[in-house]
Amino acid sequence: MNKISVIIKREYITRVRKKSFIIMTILAPILMAAIIIVPTLVMMNQGGEFKKIAVIEDNSDLFKGVIKNTKDAEFVYLENTKVEDLKKTFEKAGYYGILYISPELVNTPNAAYIISKKQPPIGLLQYIENSLKKEIERQKLLAYKIENLDDIMKNVETNVSVQTKKLDESGNEQGTSTGIAMALAYILGFLMYMLVFIFGAQVMRGVIEEKTSRVVEVIISSVKPVQLMMGKIIGIALVGLTQFMIWIILTIGIVGIVKTSILPKSGITEMSQTMPQNLMSGNQPVAGKAQTAEMSPQLAEFSKLFDSAMHQRWGLIIVCFVFYFVTGYLLYASVFAAIGSAVDNETETQQFMLPVTIPIILGLMVAMGTMQNPESSLSFWCSMIPLTSPIVMMARIPFDVPPWQIAISMVIMLVTFAAFVWMAAKIYRTGILMYGKKTSWKEMWKWLRYSG
Amino acid sequence: MALFEAKNVTKQYGNQLALDNVSISVPEQCIYGLLGPNGAGKTTLIRIINQITGPDTGELFLNGKKLMPADVQLIGYLPEERGLYKKMKVGEQALYFAQLKGLSKAEAMKRLKYWFKKLDIIDWWGKKVEELSKGMQQKVQFVTTVLHEPKLLIFDEPFTGFDPLNTKIVKNEILFLRERGATIIFSTHNMESVEELCDNITLIDKAKTILEGSVHEIRSKWAANEYDLVFEGDVKIEGNGHYNILKQQKDNNKSIFRLKTTGDINTNDILQTAIKSGNIISFNPALPSMNEIFIRVVEARN
Repeated sequence: MNKISVIIKREYITRVRKKSFIIMTILAPILMAAIIIVPTLVMMNQGGEFKKIAVIEDNSDLFKGVIKNTKDAEFVYLENTKVEDLKKTFEKAGYYGILYISPELVNTPNAAYIISKKQPPIGLLQYIENSLKKEIERQKLLAYKIENLDDIMKNVETNVSVQTKKLDESGNEQGTSTGIAMALAYILGFLMYMLVFIFGAQVMRGVIEEKTSRVVEVIISSVKPVQLMMGKIIGIALVGLTQFMIWIILTIGIVGIVKTSILPKSGITEMSQTMPQNLMSGNQPVAGKAQTAEMSPQLAEFSKLFDSAMHQRWGLIIVCFVFYFVTGYLLYASVFAAIGSAVDNETETQQFMLPVTIPIILGLMVAMGTMQNPESSLSFWCSMIPLTSPIVMMARIPFDVPPWQIAISMVIMLVTFAAFVWMAAKIYRTGILMYGKKTSWKEMWKWLRYSG
Repeated sequence: MALFEAKNVTKQYGNQLALDNVSISVPEQCIYGLLGPNGAGKTTLIRIINQITGPDTGELFLNGKKLMPADVQLIGYLPEERGLYKKMKVGEQALYFAQLKGLSKAEAMKRLKYWFKKLDIIDWWGKKVEELSKGMQQKVQFVTTVLHEPKLLIFDEPFTGFDPLNTKIVKNEILFLRERGATIIFSTHNMESVEELCDNITLIDKAKTILEGSVHEIRSKWAANEYDLVFEGDVKIEGNGHYNILKQQKDNNKSIFRLKTTGDINTNDILQTAIKSGNIISFNPALPSMNEIFIRVVEARN
């Protein structure tokens, strides 16, 4: 036991001291936090600077006044002006761009264009397209000569925004955000996939390194091969958990700091105005503080998202994550160790990697599907099958999985992982001392049955 | 008393028999040569002694007691295919191996300093292994093998990669370790060093023991009927009913003949005939080199 701890220590320390480890550990949470924060901020402040746009039509006034002004953009309809003439001077005249509409637009969808120095925001384009489309539809409908068309149109116009409510155990309605659960499922499933894969592959590389550098023979004259294998696997697992813990703490920390510095009223305008702009393109001038009042409902939305995220059962998620990480990782890592022991160099691992990779990829794909439909039977079975359950179950948990399902899945996982470790140890023991022979699956099967 | 004994060890890998009923007995403080052509089963035997693999049948004894897993502390092993972690620092690595052999960190540190100074590699303590020459790495590995002062040392080709000077240094260290009470199993293809160092040998070929005993006895036995006869100047002699001439050569105004006697004949009889042919400088029983014995024994079986 004492010797295993010496091995674990070496595996842990040599890896944690590596530059690549330190960089990844610090960089990843910043990226994670950015993934969480940036889209929210961008959503809150889509328009950016106020835009004045010149609208020019060719010899007609079909679309005059069709595009209504918004809080972000003003549309100035210019008559008797040629695009060619304005092209050179529109910036000086204070315009963001020129929208040209040809009368052909009714029949040709791409007969309109916008000229500007900068790439116009998608939101603006969608708004213009929508307005023009509605107008054309309206005019086409007019051709049918329906009475009171305008009234009918007004009457028909509808806005839909589906709210989700979920019944909890006691029958109370809870406001939930499917978006948060989905994002969480995605992050957890993907994180699990990455950790199992990255650290499992590290185990394999470590084994190959020991085998090709022939260190292994010296070591196993001091300790049992199984001790060496488990020492390596555990050491690397601790590296993974260390990284994971630092990631959680840093991500929560960064998100928390951003949240508290955005939400207090004093800091609202400045943060929400400057941050996304600075992130997207640093040279845009900061717009005025005119929109403070309109921000509030959006901020409330932002805050609601945060609260919804905070209402997830984090305790359960973290416990399950650690369990599935440890067992899933041990399962795959021992398979990776066995593969590493069977080959002479990394290029030879290909033929063995494929069958191992397939269940992981499958797990990830099912996990993605799980986010659309967490109760599907495919998701259910894949969260029971031990090769895919670490990834799929983690993706299901944010959507509330019955405890008995988690329990069964965990038991199956424990049994399977014990069996895999046992088999891998047998293959490993023989494999690490075999050189120069191309190993086949059949060969590995034979090693499984060697005595000692 | 034998420090180490292997009795009737058999080991099979799949259909291939690696060791067939092999027994060795290594006396205390002996340097014991384990010889044999490539693929004979030496490495398998060494791995079994190190408990890296177990025998299918047969028993192993250390100090008269059955070999136990805990006995790895009492054994030091320098494998033929040796290696170190390339990216790890020399000192850290040596400490790691010492701790795996059960030494405490402080004790390992003390002994490492002693050995590193002794072998003149202390300056390399903080360097990464990949920066060291092959000979340096071998020295580091030698130190890690002997550091825990094992009773039984197993060296598999310990001199490959060393220049003649370092070979001499390591040879002396091995003899020194023996003086201090260690018993050494020594596997090599270098027969000169066998003659120089080994007290006893076992020769394994195709999984079986084919020759064993003390080096001196083996050489004498194989030399039983052979003599080297040296004349001054250019001399010719021919075989007769008493002896045949195996080979002859002229060298530095000397004529050297290797004679093999036929049947029981007194050496004086040979000399009496030979003395008539010229001026005899020397007449010795010819001890065949271990090299010759090795080749003859193994070839005879093929």
